[in-house]
Amino acid sequence: MTFEYAPAPESTAVVKLKPEYGLFINGKFVPAKDGKTFATINPSNEQHLAKVAYASEADVNKAVAAANEAYKKIWSKMPAAERGKYLYRIARILQERAREFAVLESMDNGKPIRETRDVDIPLAAAHFFYHAGWADKLEHAGMGSNPKPHGVVGQIIPWNFPLLMLSWKIAPALATGNTVVLKPAETTPLTALLFAEVCQQAGLPAGVVNIVTGDGKTGSLIVNHKDIQKIAFTGSTAVGKGIARAIAGTKKAATLELGGKGANIVFEDAPIDETVEGIINGIFFNQGHVCCAGSRLLVQENIQEELLEKLKRRMALIRVGDPLDKNTDLGAINSAAQLSKIRELVGSGDAEGAERWSPACDLPAKGFWYPPTFFTGVTQANRIAREEIFGPVLSVISFRTPQEAIEKANNTPFGLSAGIWTDKGSRILWSAKHLKAGVIWANTFNKFDPASPFGGYKESGWGREGGRHGLAAYLKGVH
Amino acid sequence: MILTDGSETSIKSFLRTLSPVDQVGADARAAMLATRSIKTSSKVWAIDTAISMIDLTTLEGADTPGKVRAICTKAVRPDPSDPTVPHVGAICVYNDMVKIAREQLDASGGKDIPVAAVSTAFPSGRASLDVKKRDTEDAIANGAQEIDMVIDRGAFLSGNLAKVYSEIEFIKGICGDKAHLKVILETGELVTYDNVRKASFLAMAAGADFIKTSTGKVTPAATAPVVLVMLEAVRDYYTMTGKKIGVKPAGGIRNTKDAIKQLVLVNETAGPEWLNPELFRIGASALLNDLLLQRMKIRDGHYAGPNYVTLD
Repeated sequence: MTFEYAPAPESTAVVKLKPEYGLFINGKFVPAKDGKTFATINPSNEQHLAKVAYASEADVNKAVAAANEAYKKIWSKMPAAERGKYLYRIARILQERAREFAVLESMDNGKPIRETRDVDIPLAAAHFFYHAGWADKLEHAGMGSNPKPHGVVGQIIPWNFPLLMLSWKIAPALATGNTVVLKPAETTPLTALLFAEVCQQAGLPAGVVNIVTGDGKTGSLIVNHKDIQKIAFTGSTAVGKGIARAIAGTKKAATLELGGKGANIVFEDAPIDETVEGIINGIFFNQGHVCCAGSRLLVQENIQEELLEKLKRRMALIRVGDPLDKNTDLGAINSAAQLSKIRELVGSGDAEGAERWSPACDLPAKGFWYPPTFFTGVTQANRIAREEIFGPVLSVISFRTPQEAIEKANNTPFGLSAGIWTDKGSRILWSAKHLKAGVIWANTFNKFDPASPFGGYKESGWGREGGRHGLAAYLKGVH
Repeated sequence: MILTDGSETSIKSFLRTLSPVDQVGADARAAMLATRSIKTSSKVWAIDTAISMIDLTTLEGADTPGKVRAICTKAVRPDPSDPTVPHVGAICVYNDMVKIAREQLDASGGKDIPVAAVSTAFPSGRASLDVKKRDTEDAIANGAQEIDMVIDRGAFLSGNLAKVYSEIEFIKGICGDKAHLKVILETGELVTYDNVRKASFLAMAAGADFIKTSTGKVTPAATAPVVLVMLEAVRDYYTMTGKKIGVKPAGGIRNTKDAIKQLVLVNETAGPEWLNPELFRIGASALLNDLLLQRMKIRDGHYAGPNYVTLD
């Protein structure tokens, strides 16, 4: 007898897509000055979703001017408790419209509805709730008796968690009294534009949040704009380095949330079934499009065989397919460009002699897809052990002693995340003390909370987002 | 493959080789599997499969021959208006009702439905070995083909594992090839998932054909994470020994949604081979009517009132 799960697709009726979206400047949707647009598609079937305005210099200037005006005339003069009320209102509207956001996010990004419904959207609302509470308590945050906002902040977010990264950026910026010009990623602009509607619905004063859509050029116009006092960027290390170069010698503050090559370290006494779940969650959550993914599995050599057998068995159960099916575990790769990057790095793993394994799985014919994959026989010198793949591909590396595990985990230019799997409390504390990573999970992985600061060491970035620490990035003169 | 010789030292050293269970992780996995959306054709299949896995149970002090005969009749034809409904997996009663149940099943066309008897001083297990022996022998003599025994939780919690082991082994000896042995762990009294995993392996190594969560007299009973941990145990035991042991959650599974969640747990943990009444049973009483009502809803397109299914 086999238990086939019949298709259980979430209805798209809740989403009212417009054929074309303008830029959100000064509280209104406006077309780009030169009328340029670009298309956004559904990566799971390559269907056209909508046309979106492309912001050029004149548009970015207009958005920054609107943000500046709103800062000077309204937002900086408003009592902090009133600012907080807007954030609470936005948080509640996000909850009320959660299904609409979850479906749209899944369509535009390709990630499974189970994740947008259970992770992205609830966490996005939680970030607004959390920061709403800070708005009138900043003088008690331990950052001076009268902390001041920067003014206008420029924010550039990635395509992997579009609405969630927007809320990580906008919620603290508004709570601390800044106004915002935000650019969503080129391939995933739609939930940011729906969020713009939420700002209208919440009655947020015009110009406090401005959303300009475009590509890297639009982003660099924001980075280099003279009236922007602070840059917050989440994305690749290469672009992050470019931003650091661009703002060197200016007075601009910056937080950079960049790449990672997280080590998920499994000791011999780990709770093995839960560890397998943690490995799956670490690398296959969001198709591995996660900067803090546990993309390197460091496993103690004496349990490697048993662990990999269990991992294979579990990977064979991963349900790959229609992101809107409520039973889908692994959705589509976000873009053709990302898929070819994954293929290129996997090719290097094959060429350098690592052994590749994927379960048998049928991938849809249309769209961008990659099966869950791991490599064994990986050494520290392989590209797949050093470079961020940003896809559902795990590199398995063995170690013999705890010291060796820590050395290998730290032997990377990145330092964003790490996981420790052991039944021994003392080993968790010892490992956490020696790991050079901004976020360390013990016997769990990819757990996020707005109260917990997130950020990296080394090439994984500057600064922290979330928690009390995350407020510092949006307050002047606080480090 | 011999996992232990039954001595205290050997049992302890074997159980020490088992991987620990992380409670937070096990809870999270069970919660994730509970989000599976089972619709249309898969729901139809799941409802009939669940019906065929029910150990239709009455374990009350107030049980009478009349009550037992009534549930036996229902076990054979759960929905009198629809002969396509499968019969249940077994009838589960107290020792003194076994004979009545057997006769009624035989008389009403249910010859292939086994009678399970709860045994060994159910539900507490607090009696001498001699009483437990007589209890079991008596049930088998009266026609029980399945024995649901309870383990000595006091002995388990005090670390007297050899006592738990030898009792199971002893009762298994009495069952021989006449009756299947289901070993009730009473997970609500073992409390931790580590204990559940250890007790599962202990019972399997001692000769259990099935491991069962609960008596139904203690809360919590068959919670999803406990069933998950037991399904992982039978899967791992199969890898170790090549022997498939069944799992029976009992207590607290009252509606179709919960039953389908159990089937999803089986499907994605032990695997599809366990999805049949030989290896998975659900101990329940009220569940059957809810499954029947859901079945009618799918068949007729609307919900029927409670009087469209029989009381017992």
